[in-house]
Amino acid sequence: MEILVCVKQVPGTTEVEVDPVTGVLKRDGVASKMNPYDLYAVELGLRLAEATGGRLRALSMGPPQAKAVLLETAAMGAESGVLVSDRRLGGADVLATGYTLSQAVRTLGKVDLILCGKQTTDGDTAQVGAEMAEFLGLPHANNVQSVEPDGEGYVKVRIDLDSHISVQRLPLPCVLCIDSEVNTPRLPSYRRKKSLPPDCVKTISLDDFGDREPAHYGLTGSPTQVERIFPPEKNSEKEMLHGSGEDMAKELAAILRCRKLI
Amino acid sequence: MAYLKIHPEKITPQAAQELVGLCPFSAIQYENGRLEINAGCKMCRMCVRKGPAGAITYEEDPAPAHEIDKSAWRGVAVFAELRDGDVHPVTLELLGKARELSAVTGHPVLSVLIGSGVEEQAETILRYGADRVYLYDDLLFRNFLMDPYAGAFEDFVEKVKPSSILVGATNMGRSLAPRVAAHFRTGLTADCTVLEMRENTDLVQIRPAFGGNIMAQIINPAHRPQFCTVRYKIFSAPAPVEHPTGTVERMPLPETCRHSRMELLEVLEKPRQTDISEAQVIVAVGRGVKSQDDLALARQLADAVGGQLACTRPLVEAGWFDVKHQIGLSGRTVNAKLIITLGVSGSVQFAAGMRGCGCIVAVNKDPAAPIFDIAHYGLAEDWYTVVPAFLRALGRGEGQ
Repeated sequence: MEILVCVKQVPGTTEVEVDPVTGVLKRDGVASKMNPYDLYAVELGLRLAEATGGRLRALSMGPPQAKAVLLETAAMGAESGVLVSDRRLGGADVLATGYTLSQAVRTLGKVDLILCGKQTTDGDTAQVGAEMAEFLGLPHANNVQSVEPDGEGYVKVRIDLDSHISVQRLPLPCVLCIDSEVNTPRLPSYRRKKSLPPDCVKTISLDDFGDREPAHYGLTGSPTQVERIFPPEKNSEKEMLHGSGEDMAKELAAILRCRKLI
Repeated sequence: MAYLKIHPEKITPQAAQELVGLCPFSAIQYENGRLEINAGCKMCRMCVRKGPAGAITYEEDPAPAHEIDKSAWRGVAVFAELRDGDVHPVTLELLGKARELSAVTGHPVLSVLIGSGVEEQAETILRYGADRVYLYDDLLFRNFLMDPYAGAFEDFVEKVKPSSILVGATNMGRSLAPRVAAHFRTGLTADCTVLEMRENTDLVQIRPAFGGNIMAQIINPAHRPQFCTVRYKIFSAPAPVEHPTGTVERMPLPETCRHSRMELLEVLEKPRQTDISEAQVIVAVGRGVKSQDDLALARQLADAVGGQLACTRPLVEAGWFDVKHQIGLSGRTVNAKLIITLGVSGSVQFAAGMRGCGCIVAVNKDPAAPIFDIAHYGLAEDWYTVVPAFLRALGRGEGQ
């Protein structure tokens, strides 16, 4: 099977602050990492590729340094990676990102199965996979816990629908967003990393797409617009307790008892 | 198309350094005397607003912006989800919010209900405030399958043209909403925590963003419908009325629903688990817990206050808890009467999942931790000191 996994580089930490006076976002030069939810999709993709004698390729979108996550995916066992990197894609919302990825997928030749992680830790929307699928005209499923190809052009998938599990049969090609904790992702292999061919990660841009109209991408191609960003509201009723740990604990117990909360 | 323009004549080495430091996404690079913006740019325009005047400007082509006739789109619609045959409580919460939003524009509150043999459920939706329920009732919809459901949802949007659509951020909602939103090439904002309506029918959507302690206010100014998802327990359900005045409109089965690419093989029960989103009292632990063994002390506190133990994302990533115990945007939303947080810093991601709690107690030795901004009672002290003392104050000695 020709399998493609979509991965994203995210900030190494989620501790970002806004200076309430200047409104400036402060993100200290923290290291970036692969979105942890993508690791399960990569692992699942590698197992499926091994079981079916196929191959796994990886796709990402981001700045040039996002090449690192594709190299990591390759070090885990993927054959190669493609990075979509273009300044004109900046400011893309869910729709524009889904569209960009769908255009990138169309440059990759035959793909039987596209895997995504459940969500990212920086955007947390869990919606790009489904939108990409709609743009590709492919069926999709979210919260997928297991995938079994039947060798006849279909996959049997288990979908977590909160109150129950739905077992469905989807035709290939399709897009599956893999739940977290469905497997134990392997670690990247140092030896494999050292032996990777230098050209195993390719960078493409808008110029490589079928649709090269810049207005369909980035901020302009995004229906949603961020009007402003601001620090969250503070609680005005807050009460800080004072004294030693012992005193504060006693006072808290008294307050909670008085409010009949315990 | 909109883009950022660098004005080289204004780029002194000093200005360049300032701009590089200003960009929250490290998307501005300065090398060999040349300033460049790379693909990491999220167009937040911080460099335009806060950088040296005129060094980087935001340019928009005079090309006509996407124009639509907003008056052709009327109504605040709620996608009605069923859970085990009943109307999902998140749907009732959204109906309450839809009523508030529609009061601004005078639009009706609408609902789309897709199911099989669900007339009674349509009545429930009317009692919770819908002016009109569009009912897609057919055996085809007995179980959730994406293609028939998306087909009915799309049919509803095409025929009714609602201005805004609110969908519960359940596993089903988070799969269906993006599918339908992309079909209409329109915007979708996930996991909104605040919704407000403008008189021009623009829906103001506020959500935590960029993975950090930041809220983003988002609008969808030139596309309709405006899609958003909202998690369970973010809003409150209204009181039902005895004699609703709304009506149910039965919709014919759209032809597109008959062709499903996916096929249902089996429905499996999930083992019942205690769900923290239903808990009345919660003790939540964060990275201030130094080792897995120390969870015993937190568990002792949870037992003493009759609560359940929950955690932040790092502890799930550390493998100490399963994700079902995680509070926050990537975990559960809780609405407990009392939550006691121990060694939790209080990122927006976490806060978004618990700020609806009635009484928030925060214990953290860092007095500057953001958790104190949302706490009702703050104890700036090590939880390893406070918890044993608290247990003693309750007459439960440590280690008993």
